[in-house]
Amino acid sequence: MKGLSRQDIARVAAEDIPEGYCVNLGIGLPTMIADYIPLGREVLLQSEQGLLGLGPAPETGQEDDDVVNAGKAHVTLLKGASIFSHSDSFLMIRGGHIDIACLGAFQVAQNGDLANWSTGSAKETPGVGGAMDLAAGAVNVWVLMEHCQRDGSPRILETCSYPLTGHKCVNRIYTNYALIEVTPKGFVVERLASGIDFDFLQTITGAQLHLSAHCSAYRPSFGCSTDAPTTKS
Amino acid sequence: MINKRVTSMAQAVQGIKDGDVLLIGGFGTSGRPADLLAGVFELGVKDLTLVANNSTTGSDVIAELMRANRVRKLVCSFPRGLTGDTIFDELYRAGKIELELVPQGTLAERIRAGAAGIGGFFTRTAAGTELARGKETRLIDGQEYVLEKPLLGDVALIQAKKGDRWGNLVYHRGARVNNPAMAGAAKLVIAQVNEFVELGELDPEHIVTPGVFIDRVIEVKK
Repeated sequence: MKGLSRQDIARVAAEDIPEGYCVNLGIGLPTMIADYIPLGREVLLQSEQGLLGLGPAPETGQEDDDVVNAGKAHVTLLKGASIFSHSDSFLMIRGGHIDIACLGAFQVAQNGDLANWSTGSAKETPGVGGAMDLAAGAVNVWVLMEHCQRDGSPRILETCSYPLTGHKCVNRIYTNYALIEVTPKGFVVERLASGIDFDFLQTITGAQLHLSAHCSAYRPSFGCSTDAPTTKS
Repeated sequence: MINKRVTSMAQAVQGIKDGDVLLIGGFGTSGRPADLLAGVFELGVKDLTLVANNSTTGSDVIAELMRANRVRKLVCSFPRGLTGDTIFDELYRAGKIELELVPQGTLAERIRAGAAGIGGFFTRTAAGTELARGKETRLIDGQEYVLEKPLLGDVALIQAKKGDRWGNLVYHRGARVNNPAMAGAAKLVIAQVNEFVELGELDPEHIVTPGVFIDRVIEVKK
């Protein structure tokens, strides 16, 4: 099956973040976005322990154990970065000062409900982290996830079966096959990956999809961030 | 003369007792006072409640405390190990440890409320989810908010970069995290610092935690 790699999903999302936006990257696939912000574009990446102005992973030997992302992987601080307490960090998140939260998910429902912290199984340790705060407080929530579960069952559904993280909070979904907007009329497919047609996408999705009149190709513009045009001023 | 400096770990952790609620600073291992935790382990206290953003890495002092069945309860936002199961997961599945799962920002704000003498706060976080079950809710300007209560500890264990004999502290990068709020939210507050400095060396403009919140400072060189 064709479709985008995890890296390419992160690349596309990174390219879609407008200059000047303040963005929190959740654990897993979303944290990869930090490595793919196009050169010259100023985006403020926030990490919830209290860092604003994160850059990509450091060169070997330059790691600082106190400069990490949500997944506790080493990152860097860009010029202009700031440091603040956990209290101020969640003031920023809860208070609507984060333009976009990019989060992973187990399930998304057509009304924008998000389930990403628990499968409801008593055998698994639950872990919520900052996901509920971000779902409730970020201005926009973008989900980055595989289109289907490992067993092929859909993650994009009419209603979530797993415990919810937040209500009506997801604005768009980046999967390996498509970019889907969550709108008042339901899921709208805005971009499709090469080799994936709309009818096929519908068969692997658990809710009605609508095809946008402006549906375009779903792929990164550049091979990697170093291929991006330099717009240094 | 005010002098909060102690020079031995035994002095630093003196008075921590069975059944205490310990606030432990840090985000993962960043900002976590590992040496004070080792001091707590040596002390032999049990029936502890740990309040921390994360659980154990699997190979740290918290794992040793858990393995020795000295932790009764964990209050935490992300208890899962990042690289697979830990002793916490084993105990949790066996029903041998209690978990209070709290959204990260709510945990931070409950501690801040405790430090600030505030009786609680309403937040939209977790509204309508399992983590709001049994909690009072209120519609404010048409949106549902959840009442969250303050969280206080018997003891707070703090990690800072530098401290002086008044207890003034500065931190390093993301290791600041919840340490400043926890410093105000416990009866006994103990800070481990990488470097003890003379009074006046820290620029008043740059002090993050004023000494009023701190009871003891111990230097642990890194």
